[in-house]
Amino acid sequence: MSAKKLASLGFVILVALGPAMLNAQSTVSYTSVTEQRLLNPEPQNWLMYRGSFNGWGYSPLDQVTPANVKKLVPVWTFSTGVNEGHQSPPIVNNGVMFVTTPQQQVIALNAKTGDLIWRYKKDLPEDLLQLHPTNRGVALLGDRVYMATVDAHVIALDARTGAVVWDTTVEDYKKGYYFTLAPLIAKGKVMVGTSGGELGIRGYIAALDAADGKPAWKTYTIPGPGEPGHDTWPGETWKTGGVSVWLTAHYDPDLNLSFWGTGNAAPWMGDMRPGDNLYSSSVLALDVDTGKIRGYHQYHWNDSWDWDEVSTPLLIDFPKDGRTVKGLVHPGRNGYLWRLERRADGIKFVDARPFVTQEVFTKLDPVTGRPSYNEERKPRAGASVTFCPGLWGGKDWTPASYNPKTKYLYIPANENLCSTLVGQAKPDPYEPGKLYLGIDRPKTTMSWRQGASHIGELQAWDMTTGQRVWTHKFPFQNWGPILTTGGGLVFLGGTNDRNFWAFDAKTGAELWKFKTNSGITGVPSSFAIDGVQYIAVQSGWGVDAQRMQARLDTFRGTKTEVPQGGVIWVFALKD
Amino acid sequence: MGLALPLAGLVAAQDDPRRKARPQPNDRLVFARGDRQGQPIMLADLPAGGPLLTAYPMDPTAKVVRDDSRLNQILLVRLDPSRLNGDTRERAADGVVAYSAVCTHTGCDTWDWQPESSTIKCPCHFSEFDLKESARVMNGPAPRRLPALPLKVVDGALAVAGGFVGRPGFEAGG
Repeated sequence: MSAKKLASLGFVILVALGPAMLNAQSTVSYTSVTEQRLLNPEPQNWLMYRGSFNGWGYSPLDQVTPANVKKLVPVWTFSTGVNEGHQSPPIVNNGVMFVTTPQQQVIALNAKTGDLIWRYKKDLPEDLLQLHPTNRGVALLGDRVYMATVDAHVIALDARTGAVVWDTTVEDYKKGYYFTLAPLIAKGKVMVGTSGGELGIRGYIAALDAADGKPAWKTYTIPGPGEPGHDTWPGETWKTGGVSVWLTAHYDPDLNLSFWGTGNAAPWMGDMRPGDNLYSSSVLALDVDTGKIRGYHQYHWNDSWDWDEVSTPLLIDFPKDGRTVKGLVHPGRNGYLWRLERRADGIKFVDARPFVTQEVFTKLDPVTGRPSYNEERKPRAGASVTFCPGLWGGKDWTPASYNPKTKYLYIPANENLCSTLVGQAKPDPYEPGKLYLGIDRPKTTMSWRQGASHIGELQAWDMTTGQRVWTHKFPFQNWGPILTTGGGLVFLGGTNDRNFWAFDAKTGAELWKFKTNSGITGVPSSFAIDGVQYIAVQSGWGVDAQRMQARLDTFRGTKTEVPQGGVIWVFALKD
Repeated sequence: MGLALPLAGLVAAQDDPRRKARPQPNDRLVFARGDRQGQPIMLADLPAGGPLLTAYPMDPTAKVVRDDSRLNQILLVRLDPSRLNGDTRERAADGVVAYSAVCTHTGCDTWDWQPESSTIKCPCHFSEFDLKESARVMNGPAPRRLPALPLKVVDGALAVAGGFVGRPGFEAGG
């Protein structure tokens, strides 16, 4: 594409010195992001967290294939200079890449050359507590870049310069509220959900006007007095009941509904707050215009295992009993693969089955999907209980992926892990901004099932049959978000050996791996410039992957060194 | 009008820079929470071998508790003086050692006491610090030790002998 044509698409970024601009090295055109483009993203771009509103993590690009993937080499890298969990995808709009890092930086780069365009560093409060030191990415609209921050702000930056356009304080970080997710943008609104369940917050989803950052609506994930579901919380427990929102919603424009996964209830022991505790460990369907709850499905009631159902279900249509179901597909932290139906009048259970060993559910109601529990495996106050899968579940936040060519769902799973939780007789009193777990922390341990051969898995499930078709096993844990491509590949990192992996999407054959600087828990993306397909990912180990490693080392009596420090890696086929 | 003065006083107290200031020499230490919140901590309140106590410093003249910053939280525990390393022993008062209660990794301020080893573990990301040895990092992602706080005993109460050795709180990096 000629420079003239590029210029005609947008405007030239001529970087001037300013607070957000450091070492400006590149001049690139910028193309405005319309809502129409977000609804129909071009194959060469990756415009949002999972690439498209349906949450598939799928790139239609097909230059890199099982036949040539061994020729994949790094073409540029960029060191972020930051430690901890680098989980955000490289988001790319016609040659301009935006990456976020822990400690609230946004880095804008020339996606072809790796040259820096601008860099924004938020000045974080020095007394901030970061239980999850990460950020999961930007959202784009118009000529702006939007970020939700770990000190509970939402910020709009000028995409060309990194200058702050608006900065809205959504909540007081000192009370334990913080944001880790990439915002969802639809219909002129920037939507975010709050983290902080371990600190006894009351969760919510909030929308701001993308134009000026003014609040548009706010919907609590715990119903207040007079609202349906409030009676599922005894006494005052609803005020400190947690139910965080950790990840970006997926969006069905036809139904005008956004679908949000919700976290577990606080404190962790269910008998400290008897009841179903709506809408914990659920998926919520929210009207994008009003924030009104149009439907929900609670995967499991009265959570006692720290099983946040943090992931957002993928919008996948699948055949069932002779008809096509407009589906919501969710591989849950509770170890079950849930298939639901998304409808204008709510969410309906379709089917569910375990994808890892699950010793807690004894049966599911065939109509509603409501599980019954083996009470011996349900943690409670004043007792020690061991359960499998453990508190990080069959799959934590790392996004699954769907390939419309294979019609397979790819799940980054952890098998054979168990946890032991010891409930306090009575939870420590709630104090704003302090841990509020209700457990005897030093007695919390992780173990793996006797005779287990491995932990990490990459699973492929055929959505036309609902059956698993292949599994790749990793010796240790898998914390790899997944990208799948039109070229027939599956990419992920996630292992503690620092590798970035490629598998054959159809057969599961391991085709390629590359050892990066650190462990990868970043979301991979793919984009193309001048006819060349690139695969991009951040490497930078931390947060829960690091925590699980520490637990496993304690169990095994080992000490595993996974180096930290973030680097953006961009790969392409060698000529 | 009747409400105006108390409200004005409240605002003044909230904005009092003494409440944000880091511990100063001769500050007394007071209970940060619990039934005795705000009361002075006496040497006798700290049994040998633990458990941990969390304190805030208090201006001894104006009786202003410096509790308007999480970074002023101080961990106290009484250890066997013969097991302390040189610097730690010099800063201790009758075996009581004091450190910033805010983890240098990402700012968590809840701790699990491990009495057998006189070490503490952060439940957020599992960094471990040895309180006998200037809170050096034994395990986990913390990049540096917890800042120590030199102590003395005044009339049986614990008091600050000098400022934090190092800056409390996390490092953003990058």
